[in-house]
Amino acid sequence: MRVLPPAARACVLGAVLAAAACVTPALRPGSAVPWPAVGLLAALCLGCEAARVLPLRGRGAPEGTGPFPPVVLAAVFLLPPAAAALVALPGGLAQPAPQRPVAVRRIWHAAQQAVAAWAAGRAYGLLGGREALAGAAAFPYALLPAALAGLVFCLVLTALDAAVLAAAEGTRAAPGRRGPAPLPRPSSGTAPALAPYCLHGLVGLLMAVMWHSPYGPPAALLVLLPMYISCWVFAQYQREQAAHQATIRALVQAVDIKDRYTRGHSERVGQASAMIARELGMAGDRLEVVRIAGILHDVGKLGVPTRLLRKNGPLTPEERRVIELHPEYGHEMVRGIGFLGEARAAILHHHERVDGSGYPYGLSGEQIPEPARVVAVADAFDAMTSTRSYSRARPVRTALAELERGAGSQFDPAMVRALTAAIGRHGWHPVVTSDEDLPAVQAAAAGAGPREAGREGPPGMPAQGREAAGSPGQGKAGGP
Amino acid sequence: MRALAGWAVRAAAAVLTAAALGHTLWTGVTEPGTALAFAALITLGELARRDHPAQDRRPAPLGSAGALAYALLGQDAGLPTHHGVLQIVAVVVAAALAGIVPHIARGHAPALDHVARRVLAVAFAAACFQPLYGSGRLTHRIGQGPFLVLFLLLLLGLTALCDAVLAAALAGARTGWPFGPLLRDELRAQLGIGSAICATGVVMALGVAVAGLWALPVFSVPLLLTQLSFHRVDAVRTTYRQTITSLARATEIAGCTAPGHSRRVAALSCAVGRELGLSERELTVLEYAALMHDIGQLSLVDPVPGGATAELPPDEARRIAGLGGEVARQTGVPAEVAVIVERQADPYREQPVAARIVRAVNAYDDLAGAGGHPGGPLAALERLRLGTGHDYQPEVVESLARVLARGGRGRVVPAPPG
Repeated sequence: MRVLPPAARACVLGAVLAAAACVTPALRPGSAVPWPAVGLLAALCLGCEAARVLPLRGRGAPEGTGPFPPVVLAAVFLLPPAAAALVALPGGLAQPAPQRPVAVRRIWHAAQQAVAAWAAGRAYGLLGGREALAGAAAFPYALLPAALAGLVFCLVLTALDAAVLAAAEGTRAAPGRRGPAPLPRPSSGTAPALAPYCLHGLVGLLMAVMWHSPYGPPAALLVLLPMYISCWVFAQYQREQAAHQATIRALVQAVDIKDRYTRGHSERVGQASAMIARELGMAGDRLEVVRIAGILHDVGKLGVPTRLLRKNGPLTPEERRVIELHPEYGHEMVRGIGFLGEARAAILHHHERVDGSGYPYGLSGEQIPEPARVVAVADAFDAMTSTRSYSRARPVRTALAELERGAGSQFDPAMVRALTAAIGRHGWHPVVTSDEDLPAVQAAAAGAGPREAGREGPPGMPAQGREAAGSPGQGKAGGP
Repeated sequence: MRALAGWAVRAAAAVLTAAALGHTLWTGVTEPGTALAFAALITLGELARRDHPAQDRRPAPLGSAGALAYALLGQDAGLPTHHGVLQIVAVVVAAALAGIVPHIARGHAPALDHVARRVLAVAFAAACFQPLYGSGRLTHRIGQGPFLVLFLLLLLGLTALCDAVLAAALAGARTGWPFGPLLRDELRAQLGIGSAICATGVVMALGVAVAGLWALPVFSVPLLLTQLSFHRVDAVRTTYRQTITSLARATEIAGCTAPGHSRRVAALSCAVGRELGLSERELTVLEYAALMHDIGQLSLVDPVPGGATAELPPDEARRIAGLGGEVARQTGVPAEVAVIVERQADPYREQPVAARIVRAVNAYDDLAGAGGHPGGPLAALERLRLGTGHDYQPEVVESLARVLARGGRGRVVPAPPG
């Protein structure tokens, strides 16, 4: 087991002591703690936690941060701060700790929750929330204290997370670190998500109001149900999103695999395109569109016969014509995907040249959509800086000089300038993610190795072909 | 017979609405402030309705919850209320129609069946609750405490059950699909957003009883959040389906299969699956698998002539299916999809149901498709029938024949624009 850094140990110890100090007043004899309510709420916390851990019919239950926050916050609004801290303890202890050391992590979570609940309770009391809740007209007046208590809860959690993160990482060499940081939850970030906690505060208040009413705890539970379903659906959303990403990646990999020596090319072009776009001041959705356009730009190669892509030797004009169809194939393939938007145009036009001698339509200058001009530069840059069967990788500096030479004839000078500036500022650190995602296929490819391997194999076949986009000098400036 | 059931439901709703509106206009609205507040909530809920409720069973959850809450309202901030069943129906209908007007103006009129169901469900809940509560018998029996919550829950559960039956009957009347699976899908939908709606309806009614009308906006927040989550999940599902369709098109563009083949197979497979009573989730899996069933051909160095796998020697077809399964596994689709793609060429006795459907429908499309069999669809079906000893399941082939005879395709994959 890895040893915790002393600073982190001190941090955990401090939190535990603070939590103990928060809880003690409730345990002192003579304290007016409504024990049934404490027990019920703590059990509810535990129940939410258990529902999260146990897979619900194999599909996984909602994910959240810590015990379901509305329950803890309802306790904060209903009980004195010390008792609320007590309610938060079991949920924190039961929270799953994905990495070792498990015991320390659980204790940390519990202490963190208890301290945060106590602080939120104090804040709520100071703002006069308790009087508002006990009075006849709870509603307009208790809302503000409740929202603020939610904020305090969130801020304390975040601050504690940040503290332990700093303590744990401060003593460790940051770049060479393998594996996750010892303690903090992955959700902890520098920018806490405040709005959800305001909402949790509101739902906690609703629970508290119903709990106080003659209808009692059952009605309070009903308040929780929509929130719970919402979290559950959100988890589903994340899963579907991940599946969608995987499908996009599968599209890219299918290309990379067909045309093996461009492995990782798509991802890198996406990265370079994003760098250019950011330099040009694009942001948000538009930046994402350009990145996706870079990633998917060669997807049309799926439509080119594998034999041509893998051909070892010069291509006949006929064969070149077939390969030059790939932008149109790509456009045809993705035109049903609504969210791609402009990226579809970029896929169609990424082999156009600014002087009008490119393909498929021979557009020139401003006629070429902006994302397409970005992707063209990124594509050529990566073609030059990565090793291909016909040429070794060239240094970044040489590649940029080559792009500079092509600016105005083949490339949009603005894009070349942007790439040069971006690389001057951040350097060029290509990520190669696609290799890691191909275990089965890679194994098959390794097995099929040197021979031409029958007629076909799984899509991971090695390829010894030449650059698919025709003779490199013509298709891309990147070629020799 | 079935269409008759549909019309009976609509007629009942219409008669009820007319009676309610007439009665309310005649006697006037009691407690107009409360009625107005609930009407505003229902209208807002309808305004927030989605315009494309294709797969959406509860397009306006806030409106439904508000209507149920008004039906179950017994007190307002501690004082008893006196609105009757007919006034409840009248207010709900008027508010819902007011909220629908902008949608109609934009050319997205919601289905009339939704409104009819809403009216009947609300009337049922109100008729079960208001007379009992108003006469004081209910509070006398179970008091004003936790037991009332349980009673309300039970009542709404019953309402939801009736609503599901109505919905399944209406859908059956509209589409002609079998009733059992439709009811099952409706009940499953009730578990998701339906239970959130019921819970919010109960809590809203009780919240108004405790804290007055302030409870309405505040208690809507969690439900709105739920609605938002459902919207996002639907949006990402739509995109996902589009991406899978694109991936499936790769084989067509590569010249491996005939244009439109995978979409045709997916649409027909879903229709056959529906005929055979598969559930909504099984249908989704079937659709993905059918879209991707030829993906293995991408790995071939030389394409199969004509792309028709139906006429290949069994070993060859099975090998290509295996390659397809391998690709499908990488795409993040549910594991069942990859299994179906992988086993699509096995003899039917060794296949999962969905794979049997894909196999038969694929063979049909290969045989009957462009430039295929000279005899056309009938000859293709005949070929399938001859193969029912070993390759194709007889029941699947017969369902396919029925679906083709109806000329209907259950759920057509949205056609790409342009």
